[in-house]
Amino acid sequence: MSSLLRLATAGSVDDGKSTLVGRLLYDTKSVLADQLDAVQRASVDRGLSTPDLSLLVDGLRSEREQGITIDVAYRYFATPKRSFVLADTPGHVQYTRNTVTGASTAQLAVLLVDARKGVVEQTRRHAAVLALLGVPRLVLAVNKVDLIGYDEAAFTVIAKEFAAHASSLGYSEGSVLAIPVSALVGDNVATRSENTPWYTGPTLLEHLENVPVAPDPHEAPFRFPVQYVIRPRTPEYPDYRGYAGQIAAGTVRPGDEVVVLPRGLRTTVERVDTPDGQLEEAGAGSSVTVLLADDLDIARGDLIASAADRPEVTDAFTAALCWLSTKSLQPGARVLVKHGARTVQAMVEELNSRFDEQALSIVEGPDSLELNEIGSVKLRLSEEIPVDDYATSARTGAFLVIDPKDGDTLAAGLVGERFSALGGSEQE
Amino acid sequence: MTTLEAATDAARDNLIALESEAVHIFREVAGEFDRPVILFSGGKDSTLLLHLAIKAFWPAPVPFPLLHVDTGHNFEEVIDFRDRVVEKYGLRLVVAHVQDWIDDGRLVERPDGTRNPLQTQPLLDTIAEHKFDAVFGGGRRDEERARAKERIFSLRNAFGQWDPRRQRPELWNLYNGRHRPGEHVRVFPLSNWTEADVWNYIAREGVDLPSIYYAHKRKVYRRDGMWLTEGPWGGPREGEKVEELTVRYRTVGDGSCTGAVESTASTVEDVIAEVQASRLTERGATRADDRLSEAAMEDRKREGYF
Repeated sequence: MSSLLRLATAGSVDDGKSTLVGRLLYDTKSVLADQLDAVQRASVDRGLSTPDLSLLVDGLRSEREQGITIDVAYRYFATPKRSFVLADTPGHVQYTRNTVTGASTAQLAVLLVDARKGVVEQTRRHAAVLALLGVPRLVLAVNKVDLIGYDEAAFTVIAKEFAAHASSLGYSEGSVLAIPVSALVGDNVATRSENTPWYTGPTLLEHLENVPVAPDPHEAPFRFPVQYVIRPRTPEYPDYRGYAGQIAAGTVRPGDEVVVLPRGLRTTVERVDTPDGQLEEAGAGSSVTVLLADDLDIARGDLIASAADRPEVTDAFTAALCWLSTKSLQPGARVLVKHGARTVQAMVEELNSRFDEQALSIVEGPDSLELNEIGSVKLRLSEEIPVDDYATSARTGAFLVIDPKDGDTLAAGLVGERFSALGGSEQE
Repeated sequence: MTTLEAATDAARDNLIALESEAVHIFREVAGEFDRPVILFSGGKDSTLLLHLAIKAFWPAPVPFPLLHVDTGHNFEEVIDFRDRVVEKYGLRLVVAHVQDWIDDGRLVERPDGTRNPLQTQPLLDTIAEHKFDAVFGGGRRDEERARAKERIFSLRNAFGQWDPRRQRPELWNLYNGRHRPGEHVRVFPLSNWTEADVWNYIAREGVDLPSIYYAHKRKVYRRDGMWLTEGPWGGPREGEKVEELTVRYRTVGDGSCTGAVESTASTVEDVIAEVQASRLTERGATRADDRLSEAAMEDRKREGYF
């Protein structure tokens, strides 16, 4: 079992997300006395009778003033079983792009709904974004169950409605769990609530501790973007030439047959080096230095891949873009694409379609793509690069779209026809 | 497997993942920027930062210099340690002395004598003078609420300012380091580490630290609920009584506003046990500068602080 779980939270405004995160930190004793004192003081200043746990996480002045969360905040807590990195993402419509940010590295997402309101527009939209980014597991935290009198029937209606929605997005029954909670009171967050005897599932924290995390792509074919060439040229290491990077997928061993892309040079792995010694095998997520048997001209941006199962090398592909900028996208736009350790010029040749998150349908031939919209495009690149489909290898199927004029990040890109993953059948 | 063994395994896996992430970030900056620099004060976080940089480029030397903004109120043990490390690894160190800025009138000493807020101007001036385009810092998101919102690659405008509302989304492990002339990027490879992770890693790797992180006898006086060290700067003022106590430092900054904690933790293992049992955050326990207001750190960051 992996000991580190990366999770993201998502929900609408006022669903009590910051309070839930504050509750998780508080109940795992990740909040220390001086932080609690500060929250206590600030709560009294605001005329509240009980400490407002959301003040633990809403860190920026304008957030505390407006009582909203503006930006993704990262939180850390640990139990003896696992360490958790939590990306707390805001619920405001205008900040939905942060959900994409939080979800891009998440192995599980906790979606909040207000038990009095049930599944709302935002819930559907967030779930669609999480599905698009391939977050493997969802938890629906039905919050504020204390305010509906711990009513089992009302909870069941919400849980069923969400399960149906998640299923239409491609989530299997076992990958989604609904939990009745009250972040304010603490019901079923870290401790089992006596108020919900009808709920027999795990508490939120138990679930986070025990949920199987999608296995690292160890089984996947080897992918290694070269970040940096290490050439000491010192008396001790006059001829050392190592290719440094983080393994994006698969495993590598000395003796493995590999191919260096995009040029397609074939060679063999001679050594897998680290400052702590040579490795017999290294897997996805490891930062290592690879030494090759042949003296080839390899630079930052090249990809070392399994010779037996290599990615496609192409200068044109279909991709989904999550548009994160207020500058809208029109067909013909010139952009930069950062993929692995390589940045190339590109043109958006066609804007094929747009995903309507509400109707869960595809809108053909839109004129533009605006902030928070998700579109399917055809990209033409200035040079060939090796790419995988996001569905089979996320780290080599993901890319950034960057504005060449000011360097802003415009979009999160996912190689392939991703809309099929959303269950939305093609329709007018 | 016992619970303790499972917990130990969990902690080790976590450290391996954090190390790999930090190494990836160092290499990304080396590949994309022209003139990176590592902020290095000799404190534990910056010492850890340097340790990871050395591992990222091994067996080649670290391809960037170090920068220290010296308030002039530093602990002698820390400055000695800093200089020893620089010599041992054959690194280049740039020092910006706050005193120089005070001497020629670019800065004015504050009435309370604290120099931490005065570091921002020398830092920004030195970044501009050397045309540094990426500046590595040891900041961690678990330290403080405003830092929890910081990106790993954090763009600063030509005035060195941070605008939390204009941060770039940070997706997967793809970092966007694009910047215009005059702008620079602050890079935080330890973003996802907690204080406990830092100490566990220091223990695992046998990282050498300045002696004041471990228990020692020191003459201190009480101010604002903290034990401050007796020294040529600051205090004690009249009425503040000096006592000799066994203390250590959890953080190391400007000597005039960094408090010691009473402690008998003399080894890294003792410190880990103490950190686990502590009911105070490291900054809450030891940093007067964060107590100025609810948003003290946010305000300093907006102005271009570390």
